[in-house]
Amino acid sequence: MKICITSRGTDLFSQCDPRFGRCPYFVIVDDDTMKYEALENPGPLAEGGAGIKAAQALTALGIDALLTGKMGPNAFSVLNAAGIKVFTGIYGAVEDTVSQYRQGQLDLIEDATTSAQHG
Amino acid sequence: MKIAIASGKGGTGKTTVAVNLALSIPNSQLVDCDVEEPNCNLFLNKELEPIASSKITVPNIDEELCTYCGKCSQMCRFNAIATLPEKVIIFPTLCHSCGGCILDCPEHAISGREKCTGIISRSADMEDHPRLYEGVLNIGESMASPVIKELKRWIEPDAVTIIDSPPGTGCPVMTTLEDTDHCILVTEPTPFGLHDLRLAVEMVKIMNIPVGVIINRSEEGNLIIEEYCDKENIDVLMRIPLNKRIAELYSQGIPFVEEMPEWKERFSDLFEKIVNEKVLA
Repeated sequence: MKICITSRGTDLFSQCDPRFGRCPYFVIVDDDTMKYEALENPGPLAEGGAGIKAAQALTALGIDALLTGKMGPNAFSVLNAAGIKVFTGIYGAVEDTVSQYRQGQLDLIEDATTSAQHG
Repeated sequence: MKIAIASGKGGTGKTTVAVNLALSIPNSQLVDCDVEEPNCNLFLNKELEPIASSKITVPNIDEELCTYCGKCSQMCRFNAIATLPEKVIIFPTLCHSCGGCILDCPEHAISGREKCTGIISRSADMEDHPRLYEGVLNIGESMASPVIKELKRWIEPDAVTIIDSPPGTGCPVMTTLEDTDHCILVTEPTPFGLHDLRLAVEMVKIMNIPVGVIINRSEEGNLIIEEYCDKENIDVLMRIPLNKRIAELYSQGIPFVEEMPEWKERFSDLFEKIVNEKVLA
């Protein structure tokens, strides 16, 4: 499974970032092999609609699940349309969030957890 | 003569000044451009009737023609269109109606669609004093400027116009201030008040609009605003003191010029002063 985590840095030891639209990096982890790659989030450069821009960037990458802190309605509608599952409630380093995911500690959301224009 | 009442900081007393000033000028009209939360009528209780709606053009995509090339999404700086591998999602509330996506689509799959974003109302009785005009941005919409533009189209050109602006220094405020003859910036003698007053003064200077300041909740001995205005060579037009009677009337929704006639005279003098300055300039 390909899992994307919102992150402050570019590797598994980086602090995760609870923001989706304006986190600096996405770390994309294969949870079978723990191989990963980092991708710069285009969202922070946006004048508006950062979450939409960030979500759109992820839809082309064949990601199964996104782990983040919270999620607004616009970004969620894009990810939902692309069939990417969204889990919220991450904390700690990127590799910790993968454990949190495996142990079922994160919330699979079916709706936005915050209003638009939040981060 | 169009006088806009603005402020950097919110909650300084724009509406208080706008309502009391409009009540102190014969045959005036009051235009509430704070379309996200118009509140002049809390103090005037006029019966309003809708006269127009503000419309914007947003994109409409024919998915039969769309090849999901993503050009429209790339050109939209507000990210109002998301292109997925096999789907396009439009966010009309983020659209600024530039029409760029329509021009940029190589398949001509995008057309314009009209959308109502707000309602313009005015005094049902045109004998009202002041005649009140107000715009309301529809719930869920985020673009205030098109509503303000439509509202300003209804201003009667020959009557004295007092315009209540939204707070801040963003697009809705600049749309409100465009083509006005004078701007009164209302502030309070606090560090926040001063900080945001500076921003507002910078904006008004760029827009080349004559400006004066009213200090609300003014306290004796506190000269934080006066010192700044002295340095910038800006007139302090009026000081409204931190006064219990004024606060009580405010809390009851009563414009204080109605109960304190000496203030009606002060506002009327202030208006004369602004008119004379314009004549001299």
